[in-house]
Amino acid sequence: MLADVGNLFHGFAVVAQPFNLALMVLGIVLGVIVGVLPGLGGANGIAILLPLTFSMSPTSAIIMLSCIYWGALFGGAITSILFNIPGEPWSVATTFDGYPMAQKGQAGEALTAAFTSSFVGALFAVIIITLVAPLVASFALEFGPPEIFSVYFLAFCSFVGLSKEPPFKTIASMMLGFALGAVGLDQMTGQLRMTFGFPQMLNGFDFLIAVIGLFGIGEILLTMEEGLSFRGNAAKLNMKVVLHTWAKLPRYWMLSLRSCIIGCWMGISPAGATPASFMSYGIAKRISKRGHLFGTGEIEGVIAPETAAHAAGTSALLPMISLGVPGSPTAAVLLGGLLIWGLQPGPLLFTEQKDFVWGLIASMYMGNVVGLIIVLTCVPLFAAILRIPFSVIAPIILVFCAIGAYTVHNNTFDVVMMVAFGVAGYFLKKTNYPLAPMVLAIVLGDKAEEGFRQSLLASQGSLSVFWSSGLVSTIMALGLIALFWPLIQNGFTKVRASLLGPRPAQ
Amino acid sequence: MSENVEEVGGTGPSHRGVELGVGAFLALLALIGIYGSIKVGIGWASDGPRAGFFPFYVCLIILFSCAVNIVQVLMEAPDGRVFAYWSQLTQVGSVLLPTVIYVLAIPYTGIYVASAVLISFFMRWFGQYRWSVAVAVGVFVPVATFFMFEVWFLVPLPKGPLETMLGY
Repeated sequence: MLADVGNLFHGFAVVAQPFNLALMVLGIVLGVIVGVLPGLGGANGIAILLPLTFSMSPTSAIIMLSCIYWGALFGGAITSILFNIPGEPWSVATTFDGYPMAQKGQAGEALTAAFTSSFVGALFAVIIITLVAPLVASFALEFGPPEIFSVYFLAFCSFVGLSKEPPFKTIASMMLGFALGAVGLDQMTGQLRMTFGFPQMLNGFDFLIAVIGLFGIGEILLTMEEGLSFRGNAAKLNMKVVLHTWAKLPRYWMLSLRSCIIGCWMGISPAGATPASFMSYGIAKRISKRGHLFGTGEIEGVIAPETAAHAAGTSALLPMISLGVPGSPTAAVLLGGLLIWGLQPGPLLFTEQKDFVWGLIASMYMGNVVGLIIVLTCVPLFAAILRIPFSVIAPIILVFCAIGAYTVHNNTFDVVMMVAFGVAGYFLKKTNYPLAPMVLAIVLGDKAEEGFRQSLLASQGSLSVFWSSGLVSTIMALGLIALFWPLIQNGFTKVRASLLGPRPAQ
Repeated sequence: MSENVEEVGGTGPSHRGVELGVGAFLALLALIGIYGSIKVGIGWASDGPRAGFFPFYVCLIILFSCAVNIVQVLMEAPDGRVFAYWSQLTQVGSVLLPTVIYVLAIPYTGIYVASAVLISFFMRWFGQYRWSVAVAVGVFVPVATFFMFEVWFLVPLPKGPLETMLGY
């Protein structure tokens, strides 16, 4: 524990180097732009900018990329509040009360509340990460193949159970990810599979291409279909409004704390920031005394989703650095970055790459402080970006998507694949197939398969290996509970209803 | 996919039809995957499960899920919801087509020239900008990209005859 504190301070020293600080500011600014622009989100923004980091040290690279992520989380709030356009899916819930506030002329209050609660949520999550991640990692060092597979099992089951999309669509999309990930060279036998003689398929489908296609190109097609009309509110944010709002915020500490906890819990289980923000908004609406006014411009309706979304987005990195299981598509892209820089994600990072891990954690603290300052001071600038017509932004985003896809393997065929993924993303999204599980399955496919096959190898093909020890059975049981959660919840409500039902009215 | 639905504000393919189409397409991918897995072997070899073992079962699950999804759509009465209006789909197509041409052109012209053409064309066609403005932005972005990637961050991008002529 004490050693961790020392490591953390060492991490701060690494981050505080001028070069890294500059990268941090650059990352935040790029991140906010990515978050503000339609068609660019945290995941594909980072995927596109990944090649810029190829020549950096892994620590500098992760600082810049994670700061893009924080920036994107902040940026989503700007468009939701000022333009009623959620720049990111997790800021949809912020539009419910944020935009009405802006219409009432309280844009400054709404923005300050959003940014500050984002910051609080992130800070809470980072503290959790600092305290918990090393413990989880040292615990996970003991994991064998069955335990590793069971963790993946739990992660994917929670997707099915917690997702708002129809369960069989989630499963179909996830399994498609596994299938795409399996194409190409089989890691264990060295055999080629499902390439059907096409040399382009030898390397399989890279998930970065999938991310850029599904989220980038797909999103542009969706935006084109909807036809964009930006009619935004003016962004005036002066120090007086900020201080005034800050003075009001402490009285919502209970709401913040609750949203933080919801966010962390949802972020660590790979359900992600979007459901966390909705859940937090919903609970706040039910509990708050002013709940009936939600949707008309209540500051609580901004604090709740923003805190939860940021806490979830940040804590999604906890399983990524301690177990190698990313909690969100964006965390998955960061994990892909680790692999490219030659680091092996997972519990060993904490023992073998101390500089890297603690640099990352320190940059989470610093990045969020820097981020808060930047967004509070530069809102009008970022809002101006949204006023650039889509006919200028769209082709530039397309160009950057193409560059990002090409640089993954220096292969022009990947760019063609990107467009194919984009068209697929458009149709899947319109028909309610969730894309995040697919992306995570492509990333984790090889590892999950390896864990599964190695376990079966050890047990001579018997599935009982996944129930062989207390630990692995517990994780598997949790996975099953997560998988059937909607059914369990339904059953629970029914039982309760039938218990309360017969009571006669008096 | 072909059944049209009328609704206020225009017509378009029905949501139901597209839903069935997506389900059928995923099922087709699953069948291809199953075929590919069986080809490399789905059983056990002396060194454990063979290469097709894992993808085979994964594809079976896709097939099953698609069947459930398709049956669910068929069980519901048609609700008359459109997937998107034809006018909207035309919009989507008018972005997709230039993008496809752009992507296919990259191996021949390099990424910079293709990008310049894409941006200028897009601004002119959708934004109704004057040619001078469109071309100015169209040239500026690739040049800036060139310096950012090739010069500062040392990441090579695909280049065509023009760059060769200029000595890169």
